[in-house]
Amino acid sequence: MFGPLTVKPSESKGDKTGSWRTQLRPHYLHKDCIACRMCLMICPEGCVHGKEKNAFWADYNFCKGCGVCADICPKKDIAMITEESQGEDK
Amino acid sequence: MREFVEGSHAIAQIIKACQPGVISAYPITPQTHIVEDLAQLVANGELKAQFVNVESEHSAASVVLGASAAGVRVYTATSSQGLFYMQEVVFNIAGMRLPVVMTCANRAISAPINIWNDQQDSISLRDAGWFQIYAEDNQEAVDFHLIGYRLAEDKRVMLPVMICMDGFILTHGMETVDLPEQDKVNKFLPNYNPLYKLDPAQPISMGLLADPDYYLEARFAIQETLKASLGYLSEISGEFNTVFGRDYQDLLVEEYQVKDADKVIVAMGSVCGTIKEVVDQQRAKGKKIGLLRIITYRPFPYARVYAALKDVPRVAVLDKAVSLGAYAPIAVDMKAAFYGKKKGPKVISSFVAGLGGRDITLESIHEVFRRLTAKEVNSDFIDLKPELLKEEYGK
Repeated sequence: MFGPLTVKPSESKGDKTGSWRTQLRPHYLHKDCIACRMCLMICPEGCVHGKEKNAFWADYNFCKGCGVCADICPKKDIAMITEESQGEDK
Repeated sequence: MREFVEGSHAIAQIIKACQPGVISAYPITPQTHIVEDLAQLVANGELKAQFVNVESEHSAASVVLGASAAGVRVYTATSSQGLFYMQEVVFNIAGMRLPVVMTCANRAISAPINIWNDQQDSISLRDAGWFQIYAEDNQEAVDFHLIGYRLAEDKRVMLPVMICMDGFILTHGMETVDLPEQDKVNKFLPNYNPLYKLDPAQPISMGLLADPDYYLEARFAIQETLKASLGYLSEISGEFNTVFGRDYQDLLVEEYQVKDADKVIVAMGSVCGTIKEVVDQQRAKGKKIGLLRIITYRPFPYARVYAALKDVPRVAVLDKAVSLGAYAPIAVDMKAAFYGKKKGPKVISSFVAGLGGRDITLESIHEVFRRLTAKEVNSDFIDLKPELLKEEYGK
């Protein structure tokens, strides 16, 4: 019997966060967003996407839950919510 | 071809016949003669292999790990402190499912420094995911290496094998050994054809980070494979017998006069020769005693041990190692084999002997049988010198 043993080379996009995100994830409220792009620029995973006001989102396949997007948002339009909370699809 | 040879020399000859592509080792007593001989064979052109000289055992193990990952048959050997220095690589080799074959010339562990035989070194690495197969004599040591490669490279297995032979007693002992002929070796051991290997044309990575989503399954797979391998050992042993005419049966245990015995010693390695002598002497006097020899210690043959000893009233387990502060290693497995079962020995007493090369004599074995009474004892040391326990410090 063999378990996980070898890995073929690929892009880092293949390395999803899996089950080890922190207990919190960013929830984009889409109320007061001014499209300043601060959250997108500061995200260490580069997993925030969007262009227009109130249309930014985090790709939870790669988000680690660090919370710097919520921290830097000048409008406090991103909330860190628990994994169990309702919100965008995880 | 029967020859009167030193154990180490015989091992070098069988490794030559197995034709590894890469050998790497660092000399340590009592393994030295094995790798000295192999270095000579490579230098003379008698063995077409790369012999990689390294600065430590950690490097030797790393070299054979890398070479095995690249898809070549490999060999290394070590002892005692050398095996401990290899330890993290030893676990990696098993985790990466590489069919490395290693000889452990069993030797005591420091401190105090001691170059003589016991089995503390390999037994301390029993949880590494390697097979551990213990030889009683040099013929077995030779044959087990050949069987070891067959087993390790079996596509159902792909796990490393450690052949353990008692340092000096076997490695430096002169015995008549039937060295397998090359054509028979070729018949029994086909060329190594890896299931996966490092190849620039088809790149893969091995031994990468496995986060909590993956790691558990990697370990489970090794556990299940080792359990299933108890059966493969018997199969491979049968094929070995067909080609070479030496029958090691299921390769798990040897029962020596166990059937009607009321007292049985359980032991492992070369000391079993001495125990057989005692059994023969006592049987001649009508005493019903026997020996159960553990051949394969990892994976541990619990079911086989149960079947062999379920009707024996008293069992003595003789360890040549200790788990300091706890029950002796083989004794723990023996007791576990019977725990919660309907049948089994009334007494399983545990004895420790021969540490650091203290001779285990016929008298030592008689003493074990004398102390195997209705009162169970644990980690009872044999041949202890009380006069050496009187040094006083801190006064």
